[in-house]
Amino acid sequence: MSYSGVMRPGHTCLRVLEMEPSLTHYVERLGMIKTGEDEQGRVYLKAWDEHDCFSLVLREADEPGMEFLGFKVHSMADLDRFEVAIREYGIDVERMPAEELKGCGHRIRFLIPSGHSIELYAEKQHAGNGLGYLNPDPWPEGLKGMQVNRFDHCLLYGPSIVDVVDFFVNVLGFALTERVLDPESNMTGAFLSCSNKAHDIAFIQYPEANKFHHASFLLNTWEEILHAADIMGMHNISIDIGPTRHGITRGRTIYFFDPSGNRNEVFCGDYTWYPDRDPITWTAEELGKAIFYHDRKLNENFLTVVT
Amino acid sequence: MTQDESFEITILDTGDTFLCKRGQNVLLAMERLGLQGIPVGCRGGGCGICRVRILGNGKYRTKKMSRAQVSEKDESNGIALACRLIPEGDLRILPVGFLRNHSN
Repeated sequence: MSYSGVMRPGHTCLRVLEMEPSLTHYVERLGMIKTGEDEQGRVYLKAWDEHDCFSLVLREADEPGMEFLGFKVHSMADLDRFEVAIREYGIDVERMPAEELKGCGHRIRFLIPSGHSIELYAEKQHAGNGLGYLNPDPWPEGLKGMQVNRFDHCLLYGPSIVDVVDFFVNVLGFALTERVLDPESNMTGAFLSCSNKAHDIAFIQYPEANKFHHASFLLNTWEEILHAADIMGMHNISIDIGPTRHGITRGRTIYFFDPSGNRNEVFCGDYTWYPDRDPITWTAEELGKAIFYHDRKLNENFLTVVT
Repeated sequence: MTQDESFEITILDTGDTFLCKRGQNVLLAMERLGLQGIPVGCRGGGCGICRVRILGNGKYRTKKMSRAQVSEKDESNGIALACRLIPEGDLRILPVGFLRNHSN
């Protein structure tokens, strides 16, 4: 459930170097479903248990990375309210017309201090999860690969994350659930929730603006994480680290890369967040454990490889 | 030429040499032998960590690489990402990309 008017990360658009191997990766390996494409050549995908018609948009480009991340809000009234609040906060808002993304109502887009393009929208065409709404079965047959349930969150790298957190908390109504402090007590990592999840978006302080660390997709169990890792082995998918556990958010996880070098995560098992609890703080001396709870040491690739 | 033809890759600063099969990328050939002379990142031509300079007149081709990591000028100056670098002859290479250092 949402506490802020913002419901969830509803879509992200990733740039890929070549469309065909990218579709093999996201459809055959992650198990997403292709739901459409547009005249620009962008391809639309959804995970099986999502009800809206897409959550991932792929665009072929000369460099990989994240184009934008969109959050779905409850209602058009919320969208209008946020538009006013964002402008009053001093951030420019661009209106993207309905159907600029196929099946999506009008969006508002703005640049946050870390250099990332964030969007809000209220309406998207429903596709359903294939089970119907009357006495449904628990899961559909014929799913492929890792069978990811849904797009869950992104971790983004960029400067000014203290300002980013201020904006997400005070304008969009997110809660800071966990934070990482450096030895001088500056915030270098921030995990933010608009819902009951331990994170809907996260940021790591980084000198270069608008960098993408990963897009994460939800699985149900540790056994499913292992199954996903087996698929990575079978198809020689580039694995970054895992399966292992995070201290931060408690997530059980494996990180890997799509064919253009965009990092993906499949994970399960974080905790339920309620806004009446205190945020968790991780200190610099326990940062290894915060990130990878078993290894307990900093992993150079995980910290520096971004697109 | 046979399908099994291999090319000798020399990493100049470590002095490591290894064989890379025709059609295989240099980074994968190195990793499979447990060598570490070239830093490994995304393995997909995106992050730039495995950036190398190819010295001399080595013959090779490359698969599509991120333009944010290898510009057209870089490419014409013998810069490539090892994960997208397919040798067509013996190659001598120097890693130049560790931690996004593009000064080379």
